[in-house]
Parts: sequence; C-alpha cells; structure tokens
Amino acid sequence: MTMILEKSWVKRLLALVLTFLIVQVLVSTNIINTYFQATIATICINIILGVSLNLITGFTGQFSLGHAGFMSIGAYTCAIITLRMSNTFGFLLGVALGAVFAAIVGFLVGLPTLRLRGDYLAIATLGMSEIIRIIFLNMEITNGAAGLSDIPRFVNWTWLYVFTVGTLLLIKNFLNSSHGRACIAIREDEIAAETMGINITKYKVISFMIGAFCAGIAGALYASYFYFLKPDLFGFLKSIDVLVIVVLGGLGSISGSVLAAILLALISTALQAFPELRMVFYALLLIIIMLFRPQGLMGSKELSIKYFKNLGKSLISKKGGA
Amino acid sequence: MYILKVNKLTKTFSGLTAVANINMELKPGELIGLIGPNGAGKTTVFNLLTGVYVPTAGTMFFTKDGKEIPLHGKKPHIICKDGLARTFQNIRLFKDLTVFDNVRIAMHKNVKYSIISSFFHLPSYFREEKQLYEDTMELLKIFRLDDKKDEYAKNLPYGDQRRLEIARALATEPSLLLLDEPAAGMNPAETRDLVELISWIRDRFNLTILLIEHDMHVVMNICERIYVLDHGMVIANGTPDEIKRNKQVIEAYLGEDIENA
Amino acid sequence: MEQFLQQVINGLSLGSIYALIALGYTMVYGIIKLINFAHGDVYMIGAYVGYFCMTTFKLGFLPSLLISMITCTVLGVLIEKIAYKPLRNSTRIAVLITAIGMSLFLEYTMMFFVKANVRTYPPMSGLLAQSHKLGDIVITTKQLLIFTVTIILMVLLQFIVKKTRIGKSMRAVALDRDAAQLMGINVDTTISFTFAVGSALAGAAGILVGVYYNSINPLMGVLPGLKAFVAAVFGGIGVIPGAMIGGYLIGIIEVLVSGYGNSMYRDAVVFAILIIILIVKPTGILGINTREKV
Repeated sequence: MTMILEKSWVKRLLALVLTFLIVQVLVSTNIINTYFQATIATICINIILGVSLNLITGFTGQFSLGHAGFMSIGAYTCAIITLRMSNTFGFLLGVALGAVFAAIVGFLVGLPTLRLRGDYLAIATLGMSEIIRIIFLNMEITNGAAGLSDIPRFVNWTWLYVFTVGTLLLIKNFLNSSHGRACIAIREDEIAAETMGINITKYKVISFMIGAFCAGIAGALYASYFYFLKPDLFGFLKSIDVLVIVVLGGLGSISGSVLAAILLALISTALQAFPELRMVFYALLLIIIMLFRPQGLMGSKELSIKYFKNLGKSLISKKGGA
Repeated sequence: MYILKVNKLTKTFSGLTAVANINMELKPGELIGLIGPNGAGKTTVFNLLTGVYVPTAGTMFFTKDGKEIPLHGKKPHIICKDGLARTFQNIRLFKDLTVFDNVRIAMHKNVKYSIISSFFHLPSYFREEKQLYEDTMELLKIFRLDDKKDEYAKNLPYGDQRRLEIARALATEPSLLLLDEPAAGMNPAETRDLVELISWIRDRFNLTILLIEHDMHVVMNICERIYVLDHGMVIANGTPDEIKRNKQVIEAYLGEDIENA
Repeated sequence: MEQFLQQVINGLSLGSIYALIALGYTMVYGIIKLINFAHGDVYMIGAYVGYFCMTTFKLGFLPSLLISMITCTVLGVLIEKIAYKPLRNSTRIAVLITAIGMSLFLEYTMMFFVKANVRTYPPMSGLLAQSHKLGDIVITTKQLLIFTVTIILMVLLQFIVKKTRIGKSMRAVALDRDAAQLMGINVDTTISFTFAVGSALAGAAGILVGVYYNSINPLMGVLPGLKAFVAAVFGGIGVIPGAMIGGYLIGIIEVLVSGYGNSMYRDAVVFAILIIILIVKPTGILGINTREKV
C-alpha cells in the first residue's frame, strides 16, 4: 500500500482530488458565497487563457495580441448552442464546438500570418481579433451590439475544475514531448530549428491552434457562467488582460501563469468599482515589469520542490555571505 | 558517384550578386574545404545548400539512398531530413536550453509518435521518449559533454559550445555535414583538438564534410580538396598543394602567407 | 459623380489626420523599429490640450495649435526617455509590451481625471464656420484648414529630413545605428528629436480633429491610432512619403466604404487591408526590403 503512495503520479492525483473536494465542500455549504464563486470562475477562466496564450507567446515565441478573438468564438458558439439545446449535452457540445471552431480560425489566421516577424505578427493578430469582433457585432445570430443574455448556466465548480486541470495537463504534456520541444526551439532560434529538421510553419500553426482551442474552451465557460455576452467584452482590452497575466507570470512558465492568473483575478475583483484605476494599475504593471523584471514572477522556471530547494539554497548562501 | 553536385548556382539580392555560377562536386566520404577572403560568399553557399536562401539560378543535387534528389527550392527542414546538417558561423545554439535539450531537439525529425499521443502520454510516447533519452546520452558521451548535460548552452565555455553545435548537427543523422568556421576564436591547442575531432567524426559517422575555414593550418592539414571562392565565384579547385601554388588564389588573399601553412 | 467627389474631399480631410499621425509611427519605427502604441494617445492629449486652450483659456486657433504641438513634443520625448530608452537593447517584444502599457496608462489616467464623457470643442466663428459650394460639392473652411495645415507641416518635415543636419542624422540612425554612432552622431539626441517631431505632428492632428469633428474623449486615440499605423504600413513603414500616401489612401478608402458600402464594416475593411498588405507585401507600397543576416 505504501509503495503505491510513493509513486509521484499517485501523489499528484490525490492532491488534485483533494483540492477539488475541499473547494466543492466550501461551495456547497456556502462558506464561499456567490461573490467569491464568481471570483473562482474568473480565476479558472484566467488560468486557461493565460496558459494557452503562454504556449503561443511564451513557449513558441509568437507574439499574439488576438487571444480575445478566439475566446469570443468559443463563447458565442457555446451560447448559441445552449440557448437552443438547454441541457448538459448541449453545453458540452457547445464547449467542444466552440473550441474546435476557435482552433479552425486559429489555423486559417495562423497559416498566412505566422511567417511575420514579432511586432508585425502582433499587429496582424490584433487586426484579426478586431475583425472577428466587428463580424460578431454585425451578425444576426449573435444579436449584434445588444448581445446575448440569459444564457443557460451549466458551469459549476466541477466543470470549471475539470476543464482547468484538463487544459493545464494538455498543455503541460504537450510541452514535455518532442513536439512541444520543437515549439520551444522555434522560440530560441527559428533558423537553427528549421535547419535541424523542424517544420517551423507546422509547429507555429499547431501551437497557435492549441492556444486557440483552449481559449475557445475558456470563452465557452465564460458564456455559461456569466450568462451575458456582447462583442465589446472581447476587444483589444481583453487580449491585454491575458497578456498581463502571461507577462506577470513569466513568459515560459506555466506555474507563473497560474499564479499570475490567481493574483490578477483577485486584484481585478477588488478594483471592480474603479475600472479606470484597474487599467492604470495594469498599465503600470506592464511598464514596471518590462523595465525592472522582464522575466516576470517565475521567468521560465516552474514551481516545484526543486525550485523551492534552489530558492532556499540561494537565500541561505546570500545570508551567509552578508 | 557523387554525394553533392552543384551546377551554376547563383544568388542575387536585389541586383547585388552574392554568388555566381558555382560548380562543385563532392564524393562520398571526402573532407573538402571551402576558403576565400571575407565576403567571398562562402556562408551564402552554405545557406543555399541548406535551403535558408532560395537559389536565383542553378541546381543542387544530392544522392540519398542511391537516388539523385534535387535540393534547390526545398525548405531547410526537408533538406535536413534528406541528410544535410550544418553548424553556423556565429554559433546558433538554443541558448536558454540545456546541453541535453539542444541535442535531443535535433533528433525530433525521427520521432514518430503523434501530437495526440503527446497530449495523453500514450505508450508510444513513453517508448520513444526513453529511446530519445538513450540516443541523446550516447551522442553526448561521444562528445564528452555528458557531464554538462544539464548546463544551459549559454553558460558553456566557447570551445564546448562549438563542440555542442557539432554534436547537435550530428544528432540529425546527416550524410553530409557543413561546418562553418568551426575553429573561429580557438587557440592552437583547441584547434588541434578540433582537427582531430573532425577527422574522427568523418570516419565514425560515415560522413562527407564540407568545411569553411579561415585558419589555413586546419584547411591545409585535413582537407583532401579545396574550393576557393572570391567575389562570389569559384576561382580554383584542387588539392592543398595545388591551391598553395595557384597564382589567382595568392592574389585574392594578397599578403596572406598560405605557403607557410 | 459629384457624390464620389464629395466623398473624396471628405476622405482627404480624414486622410490628412491619418497622414499626420502615421508620420509619427513611421519615423519612430524607422529609427528604432518600435510600433509606438502610445502615439495615438499623444494625439488624444493634443486634442485635450487644444480643448483646454480654446475653452478655459479662450485662446485662438493658432496659439492653441502651437501650445498643443509643444505639449505633445515634450510628452513624446518624456515617454521615450522614461519607457523606451532603457529598453533599447532589449527584445522587440519587450519594448512593444512597454509601449502598450504606456498607451493604456495615458488613456486611463486621462479617463480617471477627465471622465469618459465626451467633450465638445467650442464652435468656430467667422471664417472657420463657413462652407463653400462648387456646384453640388460642399467644402468647408475647416476642411481647407486641415488640408492646408497638414500640407505645410509635411513640407516642413520634408525640409527638416532632407536639408538639415539633424535630418541627416535621423536618416543615418535609421539605416545603421551603430555606424551612425561611430561617425559621431549623437544617437540619443537624434532619437529624441524623432519622437519630438512625430509627437508634434500628432498634437497638431489632435487639435485639428477637435476643430473639425468637435467631440473628443479619452479613448479617441485608439482606433485612429491603429488605422494610422495601418496607413503607415500600407504606404511603406519607415518611409516618410509612404506615411503621407498611406494616410490619404486609407482616409479615402474608409470614407468610400462608409458612403457606398456598409459603414459598420468600414473599420473591418481597414484591418483587412492591414492583413492583406502584411501577407502580400509587408514592406508596403514604397517599402524597401531588408534581410536578416544568417
């Protein structure tokens, strides 16, 4: 029995189940009230958005300012389906289709634009996201500027947890494989990577599609929890929101994005009453991070026992030297 | 008969001709040098051979598994799959990745498990990752870089970085290896080690090697034949002795003491 | 036919604004390869300074224009010194993120202080309120003003760039920063000057827009900023005449799409132009090709 418990994956599985159960109990007994439940939903959605953008920008090195566009595709697809099929199957179909459509758009957009250099790619993705927003603003099925309301709510803590952990696992597993490493090589040095046999166009597009897919999931979850959508929710400012998460957490660190997502969701909720101040704060955060700590909180390192050991060692050696 | 045949290879950039009418032929197993003054177009030739530049005119043919295949017009990753690998003049390692990862990533083209398998860590993933690990360690041991496998490439001493770049190139299992000034910035002792290494890998890995170098000691010592480039054109081609005596070559290098190499 | 010409005239006014803003983008991109996201917000500040000059201080148009331009010049140089100069040797992405941050900072700080409501410029009187008829076509004095001011500024700019020493420095630093430095050119001063000139033009555009369209708000720089950037890319990023041509073309295209097509899609058309240009000829109409050395 103890031998099974020693296996690391068993430990991790237990930790995951425990976390889920603790929060579930807190929610069911209303210790975490509706207000905080909304914050938790925001945290989970932010985590998915942050980690998926990090895959594109932090790990593959492709600067995308259009993540909100993918999110909106997932959101609207799920909303439109669940408004017509108000059951759990409809919801899951909405999430699945939302993610798939987002990935398809990711492919269509990525293929021609991913050959562009850093800042040009940023502007192109921004433009693409704006075009998507304007299309949604003018479509009948999305109800244009008035948006969609009373979207059936299927998202609860279970679904949030499942999708968040699922996305994290998906991306982490991908990055720990040869395909993921190919993406990282592209970030490091495109020309060297290509000369070593990596099809850089293919992997840029794949990482873009995976990122878009996950953003679509996040969008669907948003629609089904916050039950109101309008195109302006998914403009440039939303893409910036996600960018701040990734920059604060560290381009190239999954745990960084998770940390930052949690932090920023909490700050966002606290500053809810002062939207301008919130944006000023975000703006200053971006500037200050870039000027003084461009690697963000975690750089490209991950939170792990080894990380804390190394941190401890460096702190001790600093004290000893002083 | 030949492993690489280049015919009338030309590259112009908006009116400026970088290389013109290059003819080259390499036989399997040869160690050939490519020399010339700075700006002669040597790295341009490498870039053309590896697909980084698209030829303006001319052809490049490569013999793979007994078949002649064209290289011109192909993208770099396809040319790599065909069997050409290279190192770079200004080392292009994956600086923020470990020594281990630098080599392992170069083995990617042989990985067969799908992306779906990577998402869900299916059995094929575990099998091939284990194989990748073993193959990478083997190669690192050969290059005596295994004890540094977890070092970041950017933290390696210069000589080790050059060695790592060669190891990485070999991880792609090439039949033709292009080395771009591998001895640049090395002291005489390091250069001697490098010369030994180059001859040794040629035999151990069954390679044909094309070498760009400025260090004449290196070139004259190990190259069986030498192509000389000047202003984008081949001005001479022959054995080291023939090249040393060639008037045009001596003129092109004006003042350079090739005779004493 | 007359409707078409009328649209073209309206487009020329809009195009003048885009051209003035686009010039700032293109000069800064040419010299330090940065898409200065905050540039559109400098234009917005220009509009507000002009507003306060003309309402609170009751100044005339010309003095307000000058004050606006000077304020924006100072602002532009400050932004460069504080946020961009320290990152001159960082990655392009790092500076871009900082520029985005700076842009948001200007927008929302402004919003915090002046609130999001729209302000209106005081109505113009006398000559400026008039309009003239040429057949069925109407041209207002305001449109003539915009066009004239823009042309004068562009001619001034061309003079500075082509005939003065600082202009030569700008061109040198844009071509090869290190070589320019080795030739004794003060790169810092040159870059600051570039920002100064670009911001001055943006400030002028801001007050002109206030006079012409009458209403201003803290977020007014976002969309025009983006579109002006598209114009700069369209004409050829880093090429000054390109920004001028691009600005006018985008202005006219936008007005025509709005007039003949669907005004709701006019923004989308501009972004679509951007994506098409980036895919087909990223160097733009007048652009020059540069290559990365391998």
